[in-house]
Amino acid sequence: MEKMSRVTTALSSNTISGKTMFCHLDAPANAISVCRDASQVVVAGRNIFKIYTIEEEQFVEKLNLRVGRKPSLNFSCADVMWHQMEENLLATAATNGAVVTWNLGKPSRNKQDQLFTEHKRTVNKVCFHPTEVYMLLSGSQDGLMKCFDLRKKESVSTFSGQSESVRDVQFSMKDFTFAASFENGNVQLWDIRRPDRYERMFTAHTGPVFCCDWHPDDRGWLATGGRDKMVKVWDMTTNRAKEIYCVQTIASVARVKWRPEKRFHLATCSMMVDHNIYVWDIRRPFIPFATFEEHKDVTTGIVWRHQHDPDFLLSGSKDSTLYQHMFKDATRPVDKANPEGLCFGLMGDLAFAAKESLINSDTNRKPYAGGDRRNPLFFFKKTDPTEQFAHVSSALTIYETDFDSNHMDWFVNTAQRYLLSGKPFAELCDHNAKVARELKRPQVSTTWTMLRIMFSDPANLPAAGLNHSLSKLGSLPLMNSFSMKEMGSGLGSESRLERSKGDNRQENIHLEAGNSHISNNNEENEETEGSDGPAECMFGDAELDDDDLYSMDHENQAEEQEYTLPQEGFQLRHEIVDNPSAPEHFQQDKADSPHVSGNEAEVPCLTPIESFSLISISQPLFTHHLPASFFCPIVREMLSYYAEQGDVQMAVSVLIVLGEKIRKEIDDLTQEHWYMSYIDMLQRFELWNVSNEVIKLSTCSAITCLNQTSTTLHINCSNCKRPMSSKGWMCDRCHQCASICAVCHHVVKGLFVWCQGCSHGGHLEHIMNWLKSSAHCPAGCGHLCEYT
Amino acid sequence: MILCTNKMEYPLRSQCQRVQKQVMVNGEKERVSLLVMKALVSRGSVDAVSQQMATHPQYLESFLRTQHYILHMDGPLPLPYRHYIAIMAAARHHCDYLVYLHSAQFLRVGGDHLWLQSLEAAPPRLRLLDHINKVLAHQPWLTACSHIQTLLKAGEQCWSLAELVQAVVILAHCHSLCSFVFGCDVNPDFVLFSKSPNDTLPAFCPYDAANGNTNVPQSLAAPSEHRTRRRSLESSCEMVFLRERIQKSQEERDKREEHFLQTHQQTDMEEEEEMICFADPSRFITDPDFCYQEFSRREEDRFQVLRIQDYSWEDHGFSLVNRLYSDIGHLLDDRFRSVATLPSLHSPDLKRAVWNYIHCVLGIRYDDYDYGEVNQLLEPDLKLYIKAVACFPDATKTLMCPLSLTASKSSERIHINLLIMEARLQAELLYALRAITQYMIT
Repeated sequence: MEKMSRVTTALSSNTISGKTMFCHLDAPANAISVCRDASQVVVAGRNIFKIYTIEEEQFVEKLNLRVGRKPSLNFSCADVMWHQMEENLLATAATNGAVVTWNLGKPSRNKQDQLFTEHKRTVNKVCFHPTEVYMLLSGSQDGLMKCFDLRKKESVSTFSGQSESVRDVQFSMKDFTFAASFENGNVQLWDIRRPDRYERMFTAHTGPVFCCDWHPDDRGWLATGGRDKMVKVWDMTTNRAKEIYCVQTIASVARVKWRPEKRFHLATCSMMVDHNIYVWDIRRPFIPFATFEEHKDVTTGIVWRHQHDPDFLLSGSKDSTLYQHMFKDATRPVDKANPEGLCFGLMGDLAFAAKESLINSDTNRKPYAGGDRRNPLFFFKKTDPTEQFAHVSSALTIYETDFDSNHMDWFVNTAQRYLLSGKPFAELCDHNAKVARELKRPQVSTTWTMLRIMFSDPANLPAAGLNHSLSKLGSLPLMNSFSMKEMGSGLGSESRLERSKGDNRQENIHLEAGNSHISNNNEENEETEGSDGPAECMFGDAELDDDDLYSMDHENQAEEQEYTLPQEGFQLRHEIVDNPSAPEHFQQDKADSPHVSGNEAEVPCLTPIESFSLISISQPLFTHHLPASFFCPIVREMLSYYAEQGDVQMAVSVLIVLGEKIRKEIDDLTQEHWYMSYIDMLQRFELWNVSNEVIKLSTCSAITCLNQTSTTLHINCSNCKRPMSSKGWMCDRCHQCASICAVCHHVVKGLFVWCQGCSHGGHLEHIMNWLKSSAHCPAGCGHLCEYT
Repeated sequence: MILCTNKMEYPLRSQCQRVQKQVMVNGEKERVSLLVMKALVSRGSVDAVSQQMATHPQYLESFLRTQHYILHMDGPLPLPYRHYIAIMAAARHHCDYLVYLHSAQFLRVGGDHLWLQSLEAAPPRLRLLDHINKVLAHQPWLTACSHIQTLLKAGEQCWSLAELVQAVVILAHCHSLCSFVFGCDVNPDFVLFSKSPNDTLPAFCPYDAANGNTNVPQSLAAPSEHRTRRRSLESSCEMVFLRERIQKSQEERDKREEHFLQTHQQTDMEEEEEMICFADPSRFITDPDFCYQEFSRREEDRFQVLRIQDYSWEDHGFSLVNRLYSDIGHLLDDRFRSVATLPSLHSPDLKRAVWNYIHCVLGIRYDDYDYGEVNQLLEPDLKLYIKAVACFPDATKTLMCPLSLTASKSSERIHINLLIMEARLQAELLYALRAITQYMIT
């Protein structure tokens, strides 16, 4: 019997033809079903129950089964199924709990055949047995499944799942087994002849399992779809149901249907939000094989038009349309997917994956300039002739950056050593400038210095003036005033000042002579240095700049030394601003590091070269003070520049240090973006403390709230080693207080310190105090604890 | 990671010992007291609602978890907004108790006290919510796609979809909670006493708290915890309880005076807080005459009934709400489930009748339910009671409690009220989410 039907249907499948087409229905559809020869489709819904014939070019309404002036709720269908052997026979599941059969062969207008009202709640699903003509199965919200013999007036057996509502029932293709899926996530397997208990039960999903479908050929395979957005394929031939494939979709799965003649394909549609129909190759679970995007509201019913033809898919939707989709018209997301992948590694390495053909054909490709090595790796996927995917083999190339030139040490060092808060603004700038300088990043260093000059409180300026006036020697080069300040009233400085009246060369020699002395002073003065006013800021970084400018400027300052607001001159020209702090750098370098000789090379350029024009221009500017806000646009540009150069660290650090002074200037989204990038980098370098500091200091609400997430801390009981999740500091298993301090006998909730010898311990503070006065363990165990 | 090293609270030990004793008492009561303790630790007081619900610990747990999640945990809305929305929702039903509670919490999370003067003082974005608040509270079936559209319309004051969903969940939660407060006759005076003057840290997760990640003033925690335990054990000795409360409040007032001397400023603020909170909730609403109308009478006009088979929580609501406001679906699902499975003397049929009756008066119909059953199972006065609690939870009116309920145990009465609350919550959510679905389709 079965074989015969197979033969006939296979034959008729040759005659199927058509195109992608649709027709409007009067009302939203809930389910659709086709008759065996694929020529007609029935659409059922709350307010619709019609049969359409599928013609070459269009759907034609053939019969309206919804008759009567005010149709009863029996016509309100949740599901419909056309009998696959008896072509006049249909069954519907009504929302009011009725199971109705329809006989199209009836002469009257009302085709209703039988009415079973045994279910108390909505019937979600009806299913004819594929080979037993008179056997009908129903699954209902009341948790029961009933088997009806269409020759009898009532059900022949009732299956109680003993769990929640039944969402789907499906007969296996060849035997008397059926699968039922439930609202609580379970799937049960029953033998139709044994209503007393299920053969097997397993939990397939979290949340309701909306649908299931047996594989048409592989009798052991069952596909299930659930509210948890998963489609799972189970192998039921083994003792325990085994999940063999899993596809993650983007919305709850309402229907799943295996594609005929394609062993690994199945179609799904969603119950909410997502209106598309997807056809998946279950071996490629990350991207749909094909997509049909025609519907404007959720798709409620999908069915393959013919059980041996994989190219025609029919679908009904809540948007009141009925579609026939041709497989050749489907969207193929794979084609739109980006075939190349590119990713930066933590240390600046670059990995690039592309189709192999693409790489080979590209013969003109030059090796990466900075890279010294390429690591080509090739992956080949074993090809499967049945697979319809394009044969893809991709090549992965890794470019390593030059170890010296692009090492990320500077990033880590900078991140760790920068100060972002906790001190006056000027000190922070100076500290950070120093850090940058020591890491040989002169430009960054200078930027910090400049920032300090720009935004320091003008109130500091008189102090600077004082410094200058302290150097009573009038026409001293500015450098001297600096060193004097630094040295305080030490005798050494006195003599030094006298000696350094001459040219700069002398000065430097002197500095070298007094090396040790300065270094001491440096250490002592480091803290206060920054607050001393802007005097030091006049010194730029000589290493970077033109000799001309440098010396010009230096001369300039020497001349204008009496003016107390020297830094105002610097907005004149960017380069000039960069210069003046050089001497300071020299001194510090000499004091702190062995780079003296390197710097010495540049000393000669300190020889004055006169540039009167510049002086005359800058002079008037020295006399009035500009507000800090004047600089904001420049600083903003500067920050963007750094961020775009890839040094988001600088951008964020400056943002934090400047705080209110600049925040308003930069729009929140950009700030947030910078913060996010920097935090991301810090975390990849595992600089958790710095990252947390940045988060704390940031003012973007989106950033600060990062610290509000996952703040739960799980602890285990120190006695029984089990997690104590719910009951405070009491372990609910051993009824003991966990981690008690040996000194105060209270529970330790913060830092717990314990002796590794006797394993007694307690509050850090308490133990510290205890061990100051006693050598023995506070618990009285006699152990001689040590605290280091 | 360093945990509050400088805030370690050693005196908590005695509390732990008490807890230890408590743990020995097994079973349900243990569960209640621990839940209550958690809430206590997290907020410094156990509100009267939780005390009432404590008769159903299984439910209380999921209720508190949801409430904590929507008011304090991750979500698109800022904390003061959430409490302000709660105030607006509660004000719709003149629920002084909730208005007070959330006003206090609003200030504690740093809300602008000017907002509490009236709705006009609140930001325009919140004022926009007023309409949907009104509709959801009284005639949820009027909620339409156009309301959602207005709120989401691009512009300065527009809402994002995620924010709106959270706001809607808070609104529905508070509306239905008003029903419970009204139905259980939670006396608002209770709360006023139990407010702790020291409690300045509002947003503790109960689980954090359970891990001791907080510092609760011992003097405060211990007696109230004792109190609640006692309550859960004896469940209904109202007088003793009240006396204790009053005594307690006396103590607290003394303490507050001390406190006053120490930090003048803070006490000032608190007084202000209280002053504001005693005010009339009607300042947070507009159109005070808008109230529930019979649904059935208007059915003919233009309002379609909502067929549960077309838009149900399990199939549709859950997926949508969980998508736009992650995890809330599971929490609400848990609430609906636990209220349905609560052990009770009421038969499942009766529960279903109550549930469907409430949905019916709010315009939601079940195809597979014979509404004749409602009349068979629910006596007229019980029906009246249910309808009053579900549709007119207005504290200014008095509630006639039907004989059948007064006669039964208080836990049964609370059970009915829980059912009403959850049914109403689900109904409001369904209407709001359906409107959002429609918005998303168009």
